[in-house]
Amino acid sequence: MNSLSKKDKALLLFVAVMALLAPFLLNPFPTDSAMAQFNAGYPDLMQRFAIFGILAIGFNILFGLTGYLSFGHAAFLGVGSYSAVWMLKLLSMNIIPALILSVIIAGLFSLLIGFISLRRSGIYFSILTLAFAQMSFSLAYSVLTPITNGETGLQLNLNDPRILDATNTTGNLPVTGLFGLEMRNTFTLDLGAWAFQFNVGYYVCAAFLLLAFYLSIRIFRSPFGLMLRAIKTNQTRLNYTGLNSRPYTLAAFVISGMYAGLAGGLMASMDPLAGAERMQWTASGEIVLMTILGGTGTLLGPVLGAGFIKYFENIFSKINETVLHSWFSFMPDGLNDAFVWVLHFFVGKGWHLTLGLLFMLIVTFLPGGLMEGWERIRDKIRGGKGGGKNPPAEATKTPAE
Amino acid sequence: MSKFTRRGLLKSSAVMGAGMAMPTLITSPVAAYTNEPTGGSVTLGFNVPQTGPYADEGSDELRAYQLAVEHLNGGGDGGMMHTFTSKALKGNGILGKKVEFVTGDTQTKSDAARASAKSMIEKDGAIMITGGSSSGVAIAVQGLCQEAGVIFMAGLTHSNDTTGKDKKANGFRHFFNAYMSGAALAPVLQNAYGKERRAYHLTADYSWGWTQQESIQAATEGIGWETVNNVLTPLATTDFSSYIAPVLNSGADVLILNHYGGNMINSLTSAVQFGLRDKQVNGKNFEIIVPLYSELMAKGAGANIEGVFGSTNWSWTLGDEGTKAFVKSFGEKYGFPPSNAAQTVYAQTLLYADACERAGTFNPCGIGEALEGFEFDGLGNGPTLYRKEDHQCFKDVLVMQGKENPDNEYDALEIVEVTPRAQVEYAPDHPMFAGGSLGKCNPGA
Amino acid sequence: MDALLLQILNGLDKGSAYALIALGLTLIFGTLGVVNFAHGALFMIGAFCAVTFSKILNISKITLDPEKTNFLGKPLEIKTPYVIEWFGESTGAALIDWAVPLSILFAIPVMLLVGYVMERGLIKHFYKRPHADQILVTFGLAIVVGELVKTSFGANPIPTPAPELFRGSFDFGVLIGMEANAVIYPFWRLVYFGFSAVVISSIFAFLQFTTFGMVVRAGMADRETVGLLGIDIDKRFTFMFGVAAAVAGLAGVMYTPINSPNYNMGMDFLVLSFVVVVVGGMGSLPGAVLAGFMLGILESFASMNEVKSFFEMLYLPSIDQIVIYLVAIIVLLVRPRGLMGREGVMED
Repeated sequence: MNSLSKKDKALLLFVAVMALLAPFLLNPFPTDSAMAQFNAGYPDLMQRFAIFGILAIGFNILFGLTGYLSFGHAAFLGVGSYSAVWMLKLLSMNIIPALILSVIIAGLFSLLIGFISLRRSGIYFSILTLAFAQMSFSLAYSVLTPITNGETGLQLNLNDPRILDATNTTGNLPVTGLFGLEMRNTFTLDLGAWAFQFNVGYYVCAAFLLLAFYLSIRIFRSPFGLMLRAIKTNQTRLNYTGLNSRPYTLAAFVISGMYAGLAGGLMASMDPLAGAERMQWTASGEIVLMTILGGTGTLLGPVLGAGFIKYFENIFSKINETVLHSWFSFMPDGLNDAFVWVLHFFVGKGWHLTLGLLFMLIVTFLPGGLMEGWERIRDKIRGGKGGGKNPPAEATKTPAE
Repeated sequence: MSKFTRRGLLKSSAVMGAGMAMPTLITSPVAAYTNEPTGGSVTLGFNVPQTGPYADEGSDELRAYQLAVEHLNGGGDGGMMHTFTSKALKGNGILGKKVEFVTGDTQTKSDAARASAKSMIEKDGAIMITGGSSSGVAIAVQGLCQEAGVIFMAGLTHSNDTTGKDKKANGFRHFFNAYMSGAALAPVLQNAYGKERRAYHLTADYSWGWTQQESIQAATEGIGWETVNNVLTPLATTDFSSYIAPVLNSGADVLILNHYGGNMINSLTSAVQFGLRDKQVNGKNFEIIVPLYSELMAKGAGANIEGVFGSTNWSWTLGDEGTKAFVKSFGEKYGFPPSNAAQTVYAQTLLYADACERAGTFNPCGIGEALEGFEFDGLGNGPTLYRKEDHQCFKDVLVMQGKENPDNEYDALEIVEVTPRAQVEYAPDHPMFAGGSLGKCNPGA
Repeated sequence: MDALLLQILNGLDKGSAYALIALGLTLIFGTLGVVNFAHGALFMIGAFCAVTFSKILNISKITLDPEKTNFLGKPLEIKTPYVIEWFGESTGAALIDWAVPLSILFAIPVMLLVGYVMERGLIKHFYKRPHADQILVTFGLAIVVGELVKTSFGANPIPTPAPELFRGSFDFGVLIGMEANAVIYPFWRLVYFGFSAVVISSIFAFLQFTTFGMVVRAGMADRETVGLLGIDIDKRFTFMFGVAAAVAGLAGVMYTPINSPNYNMGMDFLVLSFVVVVVGGMGSLPGAVLAGFMLGILESFASMNEVKSFFEMLYLPSIDQIVIYLVAIIVLLVRPRGLMGREGVMED
């Protein structure tokens, strides 16, 4: 920790506090209020925030630092999930072996794909990774069904061996845990009109998120990270100096593949099912979107971007017309219907539309992603107060190019 | 303020990077089962595809769910509640609690469907999850509901596995399955096309496609047909020309399309374009069969569907009282007749509510008991049984045919035969369904 | 032999669609330097031009028939399209029958306009931005366009048949001296192939033989120098964007009888057409066309039963699922810049 700068320490601390308090922060509205729809503080979504945060942090190590745009990162997530579920089936419901295997397998898989794909750069590299990922998806969906259970996804079974665990006699599937601590356990704190949920699985994910974040800071600040940036800035010049850049890019590729593997393993540990769809090109595209939306090359951006997209997917898709009608029930009938009619294009089954519009708006007006938006706001506050108090240091500004 | 009693507590703490401790807490079970409703209302979770290729099917399911909720709460004309042989439902919600619902988007992906179902259970307190438009999703969500301790009423799922090797104690299926399609179609095909036929299968390359192909091949071979070939087609295929072309000179005189949705529309269109329907092979007219039909597929395939045989779970053109009541209330509310997906999910919602009433509880184990072996009539499918051994529903199956000159877009299919239940029944340990076990019902909590 | 010939025809047919889309993508990339992820959406808009046009032709006068009842027991609505009312039974019905080819006339101005608006309204602001931003913004646009179409037309495919005259199939084998019925091929697919051949050659002829085209080619090779010569290259590039949009749109219009259009068809083609462009070599028009046809034919061959079982013996089952990607990987590893790509394009 000592080698971290003061700014980085503050950033890490900020993320730690946010992660710790997430059940409160994400649950700002009373349970029975109409706004409760927008609460995101339930275990599954909080876990997803953390898991996809890890995924995006890892992706950013490759894309943000080296500029290599991989369109096949979802494949490593999928491979990680499959390995984890197999460990849960064969060995034990303890998530540790599952996570270890998922990181190792994803690392090996990314080593293989990276070794081949990194022979090319630019869009040729992107298409190579895309091709590998699409092949993995197609095979996982159909031919490899004995290993992946295809369309349905790999699931636990009552008669799985699980050689390290005691024989299961409950007639129900065992649950994933960490040395006896069950991932699904949730403690609900009722405070007045609020109900805050503290979930074991979430905190495990959050712990890994912090670890991932810490490692990423270290990589960003290391000579290795500097070398990666040099590759992004001008690879040709670097090569002229007699330096072979490929080992560095390959290392970055494998590290980010292992991050994806960890994310996949965590996904399977929280919800023991591995579906082939998480390897599809759209899933890879989603990782790219998260990173760019949040702010490529920044430390915090990818985590924000991941949270942003997952929030939309899980919250906006659930707002249906009945909910809309209840929001506007205070209005006269005609006006109520008019509002609902307009809004229903953007929520529920229209959530894709809203997401697409937001992509366009953010990219057009905030080229640096959400992090740029944050910095602009900060600058404005600073400017407005005439250089008053320093806001909490959370945005580590890293030049995008 | 806190209701939390400090029983069974802080078990461990993890020391993290910044050096701060993260407490991990354990709940003590308070409720008897997951999401036990405590207030004046009970929440059901409708998990249907709202984006992706099956979004229209999902919309139709959602319409039917809303209608069912309205009827359960005593609104509207009551629909099939009046024709249902069980009279436990009173139109005052379920067990006196007002029925509310939440909706989610499965995206027809097992991952997204589980995420959506989990949010309904964890955030909205849904006590039952239902819906879906593919077997992969149904099996994935069924597994989740089993673990979470809520009831799952599968929506549109036709794979044998849903109540076969992947069956679960907390899951029930109202839809028919691939085996039943084969058993219902075979006699009709024998009558129409004779005993000496050579069939060529094109099969979607994933688990549903495989189980349907296996079932149809077994059924057609049972009536003496020969299977010339079975070609697996990738799910992502949009242009089927290169799979159709080899059929022309294969010596086959029947093409069986084990495809669903967009796949089926495209493969059928290609087959018709290649002139298969006008062809004579072995001195017989070449025929095409689509074992599983849906109204939306018929609409998308347009005139190509004329004369093509297939099967459905239900059709709005049936003449029984239940169907009439349902078509009337659905048609008056939405302006067009319901699809068989809509009828399936409507019936399941009513059945779930009825089981709660009869069991006197929302506990999944009580509901499971009330549904197991339950026999009823009046929900549009004739006398129906929910079999105890595998939670599969047994009822008549409809064999349909594409109409020559449909009056309108909702009238593309006509009923050829209502295959009686006895003919599509099978033993619970039938080899196509073997391999899984229901396990015990799980009330969660 | 006949089976092989059939698959070559299938491949050419699929290749036509890939080549048309890839050609447009390359035009945009070569002129404006923009990676357009919304190109599949343009293809889809074209297809829905055909749907809209046939819907317009089918706008009907509704009369109630008191004799018959609908499913709710109310009087049945009888629909008579206005075109039949106005032009009489035979002309009106013929118009409706020929809706798809006729909608080309409707689609060309619509697509040029869509292309113009898209370029001036959005793409223009992204010339100097990183490719990743271009991808993201056009991808967002593709989602928005897709969702708007879904909202208006539903998610279900919409049947859009070819004119009666082209619905049958054509005995292609007889034409080249084979016995009757050996190689039968759908009429409309042949039309599609012919159509795309005409479009592709007109684009090349336009670029090769007109002054306008020459300037555009010069601009693609060295934009700055052409600019220094006092030529307003931007205006010409904007026009080329419209042309690229129109090409994608026409490819979509003519595709509708082959496969019923749905809102997602653009996304289905997007990834494939990018693979095609890259295999052909970024920025190379002949490369895009060549790769389009090549991948189309390979895809068709790979789905032949004989080929599938051969690869199964080599422990490569379901070769048809992965053939395109496998070929892309091999080509890119053997030829660093695709089949005909130039050095230094999109390599950073």
